[in-house]
Amino acid sequence: MRAPFARIEDRLYQNRYLVDAGRPHIRVRPHQSPSANLLALTRICPAKCYQVNENGQVEITVDGCMECGTCRILCEANGDIDWSYPRGGFGVLFKFG
Amino acid sequence: MTKQKFDAVVVGAGMSGNAAAYTMASRGLKVLQLERGEYPGSKNVQGAILYANMLETIIPDFRDDAPLERHLIEQRFWLMDDTSHTGVHYRSDDFNEPTPNRYTIIRAQFDRWFSRRVREAGATVLCETTATELVLDGRGKVIGVRTDRSGDIIHAEVVVLAEGVNGLLGTRAGFRKVPKPEAVALAVKEMHFLPEEIIAERFGLTGDQGCVIEAAGTISRGMVGLGFLYTNKESVSLGIGCLVSDFAATMERPYTLLDSFKDHPSIRPLLAGSEIKEYAAHLIPEGGYRAIPQLFGNGWVVVGDAGQLNNAVHREGSNLAMTSGRIAGEAISIIKSQGRSMAPENLSLYKAMLDKSFVVKDLKKYKDMPALLHMNSRNYFMTYPQLLSKAAQNFVRVDGTPKTEKEKATTAAFVKARSRWGLFSDAVRFALAWR
Repeated sequence: MRAPFARIEDRLYQNRYLVDAGRPHIRVRPHQSPSANLLALTRICPAKCYQVNENGQVEITVDGCMECGTCRILCEANGDIDWSYPRGGFGVLFKFG
Repeated sequence: MTKQKFDAVVVGAGMSGNAAAYTMASRGLKVLQLERGEYPGSKNVQGAILYANMLETIIPDFRDDAPLERHLIEQRFWLMDDTSHTGVHYRSDDFNEPTPNRYTIIRAQFDRWFSRRVREAGATVLCETTATELVLDGRGKVIGVRTDRSGDIIHAEVVVLAEGVNGLLGTRAGFRKVPKPEAVALAVKEMHFLPEEIIAERFGLTGDQGCVIEAAGTISRGMVGLGFLYTNKESVSLGIGCLVSDFAATMERPYTLLDSFKDHPSIRPLLAGSEIKEYAAHLIPEGGYRAIPQLFGNGWVVVGDAGQLNNAVHREGSNLAMTSGRIAGEAISIIKSQGRSMAPENLSLYKAMLDKSFVVKDLKKYKDMPALLHMNSRNYFMTYPQLLSKAAQNFVRVDGTPKTEKEKATTAAFVKARSRWGLFSDAVRFALAWR
């Protein structure tokens, strides 16, 4: 019997964050249907920030973001997302890194 | 502060930024360093292995007070399939030397120490400050940066872009492009805490001796990727990384990959009973020599991961970052001492010095490796590890089959999987890329 895998939420709960409420550093541009890369983020974002809503559009919640930049690499150039770093002092605060 | 003009502004307080700031400040330059984290290190993620030689060049007495975890005496390279690993281990008492060659470190702690040394050398370090854009004059010369602290421009003769793999300033200014998905790997990592004596027992270590494992094979599910396990004093850093382009193509979830790696029968017993205290993700530049962007311009230089200065084959990055930061700092100090301007024809000294160092020489050596692995990832990361495991098992399992028949079966398995020509050309292509 193998131990059950930790849920992503439990994993992120270990981390320290200072959330900049109301000022997300990444925004998904409004779209009818998501591009292949944007849809891929719903699976490959390591913090599972991207999710598909009931209309089939991709939404982001940045609270658990570890600022890795994978979404920027895949979706900034094609205009799917606007990507910045959080304001100074905000965002993920690694204890070990 | 914003009214003053600095000799240099360094953007970022990671390995390259700290090396550059320290080098310039200790040579008497007026340096301002900007860091967006709460403290230096709070945004930085690495495995992490510290290569002593490159830090020693910058801070000879670092061993006196730097937070070092374990000095490495053993390196294990594993090729894994789903149930096995085939390994090459190198362990030597020679590594128990007065000034050890490699250490494991914890970046958030190490970077704080490095930053303290930077401040002691005379630089001003401003944390919780995100640099938002480079400011150019009418002729395209960088004259400073803007931050999210105030709208004012911080003026500097030269800006050192030590802004990491995701650096925004250089790309927003059009000095370099955002890395391509096939030129960066996404790595996820966990910190597993265990009592010191358990780590010592499981890896056969005494005192502050350390062991690391680098693993490739079916753990990356056909993607170009590597897993790692590094022993710290009271924790084990465990992670896995694969090319972003491969993640996008396969839609594999990074944390599922990490869970499978943790659950592998060769890894599971090493972590048993551990307490996970952090989960991190980070991009690693993997494009090699061909992905290096323009490294200097009018009033700016770029160092470290922002310049794709990472040796993916040898898993070396922080030492290239540190060395490029040091060399940039030296070049800038020389130009300044000669009373010359930070124009591109003068800052080209940085590139010339870097070309002569191991940094560019090593990256040049492996210039064809990223493309080769990318083109043949399934063979190198799935087929061969599986074949090797079968061959090794065939070799050690005693079941009454005559040895000649066993060897024939092994050879046949290789030929069936890749054909004679395939085996030959894989070997030749790999050798050429390695050369």
